Amino acid sequence: MRFHNLAELVALAEAEQKPMYEIMIEEHVNETGQSRDSILEKMTESFDVMMASVKRGLTEDIRSFSGLTGGDAKRVYHYAQQGRTLLGKQATEAVAMALSTSEVNAAMGLVVATPTAGSCGILPGVLSSLEGSLGLHRDQLVMGMFTAAAVGYVVANNASISGAGGGCQAEVGSATAMAAAAAVELAGGTPEQAIQAAGLALKNVLGLVCDPVAGLVEVPCIIRNGFGSVLALAGADMALAGVRSIIPPDEVILAMYNIGKTMPVELRETALGGLADTPTGRAIEKKIYGEQDQA
Amino acid sequence: MSSYRHSFDIIGPVMIGPSSSHTAGAARIGRIARSLFGVEPERATITLYGSFAKTYRGHGTDVALVAGVLEFSTDDTRIPKALHIAKESGLEVIFKTAANTDYHPNTVRIHLTAGERSFELLGCSIGGGAVEINEINQFKVRVTAQYPTLVIPHGDRYGVVAAVTAILSRYCLNISMMEVSRRGRGSDALMVIATDEQPSADAIAEIEALEAVKSVASINAS
Repeated sequence: MRFHNLAELVALAEAEQKPMYEIMIEEHVNETGQSRDSILEKMTESFDVMMASVKRGLTEDIRSFSGLTGGDAKRVYHYAQQGRTLLGKQATEAVAMALSTSEVNAAMGLVVATPTAGSCGILPGVLSSLEGSLGLHRDQLVMGMFTAAAVGYVVANNASISGAGGGCQAEVGSATAMAAAAAVELAGGTPEQAIQAAGLALKNVLGLVCDPVAGLVEVPCIIRNGFGSVLALAGADMALAGVRSIIPPDEVILAMYNIGKTMPVELRETALGGLADTPTGRAIEKKIYGEQDQA
Repeated sequence: MSSYRHSFDIIGPVMIGPSSSHTAGAARIGRIARSLFGVEPERATITLYGSFAKTYRGHGTDVALVAGVLEFSTDDTRIPKALHIAKESGLEVIFKTAANTDYHPNTVRIHLTAGERSFELLGCSIGGGAVEINEINQFKVRVTAQYPTLVIPHGDRYGVVAAVTAILSRYCLNISMMEVSRRGRGSDALMVIATDEQPSADAIAEIEALEAVKSVASINAS
């Protein structure tokens, strides 16, 4: 890859007068030797899997394997159709679609990790929302996935995309930054605006801990995906309006990495602290696994 | 070398939930262990460390590791039933948990046996489904499975590395990463070679035919 951080990515895009997704596709071709067509085809297949998981959670009765979660996506979607939402219909639908994918994930259904399974709802939630609000078709939305991949590539190699490594900020935070950048490019914004959106969105989840109740990818993961989709859209709107992150996006990523390194192990996907260690969290754990000794 | 190489390391894998690190990554590590062992195992002893040890039941890590040992890919819909399928196919599975703060938080040790043969691997799942293998039969390595990778146990003597790389050169296989380690001078050694292109069966057979080479195992890029 010719870029290792977001500033280099934007510099390439500006020098070559191309969107970031185009740079990512070309770099992918160079790195792997695979043809452009085969890469586009594979990404389109992933898009179809994503949209199938969105649809599944909105049309089927999803219950997680633990029985703890499921059905919230449908609730929010039906609410959005009644036309009296506070966020507006498109953003409320983004929440519903993000919840939907994450509920399918918790039910051990088929999803695409974007960048992780714990955060798999945010990108599909945002892309489905843009399909409606901007009237984009599949080939355009697939380009947004390459924008997201470019930002995720930088975050993953410079910080972390693992809850055990860096807390929820590394998962939901990374996904939110990726989706925000994708939304900007799909809305016709510049590469610079796209990375500003990523930086703005990521700043808002710095410090978010990974504290899954009973070690399940359900509470609070699913709801956080719903929120992440709105946060991504808000970050994109702010960047498109011309708001800039005073701390450059690459430095926000570095801050996320450093915060993750200093986060106690109890708050990094061990189910030992945070919401997992509340009276209700412990009661749920006991109900699912019985009285047997916790690993 | 970057831990994440291209778009599909970020957008992907296509997978059965619920966790890319604790389910998909675990399945990949299990499958790599099975590939390197080379035969169907009769028993798998799996030791979980860190976050894996604390959350494996909620994340389906145990199920996914066994699915990998059964050679299932990350999107195989049989993953949720892997423990049951292992039992039916006569694979005995033993789970242990242990603490080791030196390891990555998502680390697993997989010990496989079949008759007299045994094999051990230590691997970690670093996020988003990406994995690293840190030990193979007690040899320290760093295998990421981002590239087609050959794992070659051999005798430690001069000329073996040159002979292997000469064969790769003849088949136009470009080496992207290579490491060699040994237990001691003139003792057992291990060569790990990642290539940009997929080595053909002929290339692998030629390497296997070298006198000092004990075996060749290959891992396909994930």
